[in-house]
Amino acid sequence: MIFWIIIGWVGYCLLPWYMVEGGLWSFEWLFSGYPFDEDFAPALFLTAQGEKLWLVPLLIPLALPLLVLGKPKSDPIYAKILILAGALGFGWLIAQGFGIGIRGFNFDWLKALFGEPKIRQFGMGYGAMLCASAFLFLLTQGIAARGAVNGDVFVVSAIGGVITIVTAFVFFPIANMLFSAFVTEKGAYSVFVFASKFFDDRLWGLGCFWGAKCGAAWNSLFLAILVGLITTVLGLCFALVVTRSGFRFKRGMRALTVLPIITPPFVIGLALILLFGLSGSVTVFFADLFGVQPTRWLYGMPGVLIAQTLAFTPIAFLVLIGVVEGVSPSMEEAAQTLRANRWQTFRTVSLPLMRPGLANAFLLGFIESMADFGNPLVLGGNFDVLSTEIFFAIVGAQYDQGRAAVLAMVLLFFTLSAFYAQRAWLGKKSYTTVSGKGDAGVHPLMPNGLAIPVVAIATIWALFTAVVYGMIIYGSVVELWGVNNTLTFKHYVTAFSVRFEEEGIRWTGAAWDSFWTTISIAAIAAPLTAAVGLVTAYLLTRQNFAGKNAFEFGTMLSFAIPGTVIGVSYILAFNVPPIEITGTGVILVVSFIFRNMPVGVRAGIASMSQLDRSLDESSLTLGANSWQTFRRVILPLLKPAILAALVYSFVRAMTAISAVIFLVSAEYDMATSYIIGRVENNDYGLAIAYSTTLIFVMLAAVGLLQFLVGRVQIGRRTQIGAERTT
Amino acid sequence: MTDTNIASKAAPVRFEGVSKVFGKDVVAVDNIDLHVEAGKLATLLGPSGCGKTTTLRMIAGLEMASSGRIVIGDRDVTKLPATDRDVSMVFQSYALFPHMSVLENVMYGLTFSGFDKGEARSRALNGLELVGLKGFDNRLPSELSGGQQQRVAVARALVLEPQVLLFDEPLSNLDAKLRRQVREDIRSIQQDLGLTVVYVTHDQEEALAVSDEIVVMRNAAIAQIGTPRQLYDAPIDRFVADFIGEANLIDCKIVEVDGDQATIEIEGHRHCLLSRDLPVGPATLAVRPSRILIGSETGIPARVAKATYVGVRMEYTLTGAFGQVFAVQDDVDDPLQPGTDVKMAFADRGPVLLPEG
Repeated sequence: MIFWIIIGWVGYCLLPWYMVEGGLWSFEWLFSGYPFDEDFAPALFLTAQGEKLWLVPLLIPLALPLLVLGKPKSDPIYAKILILAGALGFGWLIAQGFGIGIRGFNFDWLKALFGEPKIRQFGMGYGAMLCASAFLFLLTQGIAARGAVNGDVFVVSAIGGVITIVTAFVFFPIANMLFSAFVTEKGAYSVFVFASKFFDDRLWGLGCFWGAKCGAAWNSLFLAILVGLITTVLGLCFALVVTRSGFRFKRGMRALTVLPIITPPFVIGLALILLFGLSGSVTVFFADLFGVQPTRWLYGMPGVLIAQTLAFTPIAFLVLIGVVEGVSPSMEEAAQTLRANRWQTFRTVSLPLMRPGLANAFLLGFIESMADFGNPLVLGGNFDVLSTEIFFAIVGAQYDQGRAAVLAMVLLFFTLSAFYAQRAWLGKKSYTTVSGKGDAGVHPLMPNGLAIPVVAIATIWALFTAVVYGMIIYGSVVELWGVNNTLTFKHYVTAFSVRFEEEGIRWTGAAWDSFWTTISIAAIAAPLTAAVGLVTAYLLTRQNFAGKNAFEFGTMLSFAIPGTVIGVSYILAFNVPPIEITGTGVILVVSFIFRNMPVGVRAGIASMSQLDRSLDESSLTLGANSWQTFRRVILPLLKPAILAALVYSFVRAMTAISAVIFLVSAEYDMATSYIIGRVENNDYGLAIAYSTTLIFVMLAAVGLLQFLVGRVQIGRRTQIGAERTT
Repeated sequence: MTDTNIASKAAPVRFEGVSKVFGKDVVAVDNIDLHVEAGKLATLLGPSGCGKTTTLRMIAGLEMASSGRIVIGDRDVTKLPATDRDVSMVFQSYALFPHMSVLENVMYGLTFSGFDKGEARSRALNGLELVGLKGFDNRLPSELSGGQQQRVAVARALVLEPQVLLFDEPLSNLDAKLRRQVREDIRSIQQDLGLTVVYVTHDQEEALAVSDEIVVMRNAAIAQIGTPRQLYDAPIDRFVADFIGEANLIDCKIVEVDGDQATIEIEGHRHCLLSRDLPVGPATLAVRPSRILIGSETGIPARVAKATYVGVRMEYTLTGAFGQVFAVQDDVDDPLQPGTDVKMAFADRGPVLLPEG
């Protein structure tokens, strides 16, 4: 507690209250006028000079906890004072933050109340952040002292912390965006604005049934449903081949699962252009063969569909392989001893038990397709989908925030409905094996009538995927595709040339800037993502508290929100105080943390539920508190999960495009948005060379992870070990 | 319980030189011969990894024999898959289909056996009634207790009227109190309906309680086959003696053989018992804890190392030059104190001679 009181005072008296120019890592302010210059001064000096007087009341909650310093925790006064101080301080901080913006009061009624004084403030800086966290944790300590969650300070603080940051970086921007859909050009709120944008023909038009264009919403919906269905079927085929057949190249097929993780989302689109585009190899070949004019059939629905199917089939495979293997062999054996033949067993037992997996795979395919930004941008042609429309509404000549917000709402509505549809379809039935014990036995092979088509489909698709990926590598070393097919390393040189000079290495290639930015932003985001994810997972698996379900829903929500929606909502929300981070690296890091947090949470939950709860309990009874237990017992046992979360969030941060494209700035350009920029300039060679490099960098990262995880051995019963390797 | 229309088509099971090899060289079952008579309950008993479950799964058709012949009734089923054998099995994990109701679970096999829906339904309801689960038909397995799930699994297997019914450690997921009850239920259903049952367990007490015949397995082979009484009273070797019940194994010397009677000597103490065709020379004496007499006039000198009162009897650990033995005495009123020196002898009936080993 003393720690947080000190932090609060430090934040108030010593560190600059407002956001300083030059980002969080610059310490220039130390030398230019600190602590008296208005821009860099701590709150104490500001108020002492008669500036920003609305910060004065914060002194009260800062001083309050000093009253109870010597008191024991059980004293009712102790809890009351802490709660009062925390709530007052935090509440006032938020109120003044939203109340007073760059141009003075943000709300008319405040102006009416206080007149129009010349007051303004910028985004929160170090001091404000420290104060805010100090108040927050004083509050949680007070709540813990009152006996919430067994009076566990660490757990209450962790819950408070997670709720606060999720609210600030997920709920707040989304809510903010929803409101902006109702704003007229003059800044007033109106339902009609929303309605006119919502019932736009470009959104809901059904023209495609009679030859014209359909609205973006219908396009997105049809596309997502198709992609969801096709990827689920293909993924199931792959999963069946790998687990239920004697097919020889099973291992090779398993390697497919790595692909979606390491492939930037639009790369497949690029490769398809090389194959089927106007001057693509296949197109040219057939054009020559039949003497027909090459067409642009690829650009539009077919191209996007093929690209997304290629990109997301491995994701469905990844989901389904676990599910198909998870069907308890004794279920299928039981069916066989009950006189069902292999086909009947598959139809009546195996397939129904895979239903949750099928629903999940469809949902993922649907959401990924809805959110996909890169492929429609590269291949969409005149085929408008929501995600690209949102982008053009923000960056295009029309600059229409309201329209972007409406589109984002439609997109969000689709993905969330898919979420609910999945729940409804699964219903209340139970699909888990009733008892986990004694599941010896082996999965039966598929019936022949099923095996032959399934293996055929899987093989053909796997070969197609291999060809597409081969094209990526080949395309990166070709001078100018379809025109001049000589081999060259020109593109790599343009992108990644280095010069050795006296003062050291000079990174002269065009791509280095964005490359290093990407690496460093991803590297900063990865540990934070893992930390937030694991703490959340710990709370969800190990603690019981009121509102746990809502808590879980909230943390998983950002997974169902398409990246484009996140991107739009972030620039809308964080362009203005109190959190003013648009155009900085911070906003990129923050967006990655909350985009990828669900992955960390899932990884953490999966491995934590394997750790027996008695481990925690024994640690607690041995006198450790829950933080020490988490630190000394849970964390060391979770090393594999931590590593996985780290590498996965690192890699996802490198391949992300949909949210990033809204958030990059000239100073902080990311690799993916740089590549998209090259593609828009028709500079395919460089784009593909850069993508290839990224693929290999990420392959190395994933390889390193496998190497490290392989070495982290935890003494466990072998049965669990066996389960984890299968 | 007997007025049901579940009939028995019980048939004998015969293994002729059956082996099962996993991969190239992992021998799970090594050349076993076995005959289970129709209408009898045979138990496969042994420590884990002895091949008992593999043997059971070969009867079910879930594993195919690598060599040898398996005959059920008068049909050679060696190459038949599980679907085509007239056998059903109760799994250790019960393997109830979680997405089907109790009734659907029990009807499952019937619908593939050529019964129309109404017939299958009435047979399934009958089966549920037989196991005492009338009125549970619309529940999901996840809404039942462990014991109830177990009984659904039994009903599901029973209603098919299989030639052979197989149980794979059916009691291992139940708590101790339920075990006795369920095992008695299984035994009485088996006897009432006259079913052929093959039952796998690693619990010797369970095996003794339910079986007509016990097959003790060790290292992929059969160690001994016999009735519970035969195995308990006349184990063939140290392994069986130790595995079935508790036995004290004491080194002894056969000093004289006269017809089928032998005289043995341990530290000067002589005892007369069946020779079991053993020659004069060193041998092993197997004595159940209840067959040790303490406090007789003559005998082997021993000292009471531990004395434990367990209510119905006293348990003693005795040490001496022969090593250590475990004995129980019914006399709880005048217990011996630890440290007491006593003489130890053996009851006339009970102790058996085993080959030296």
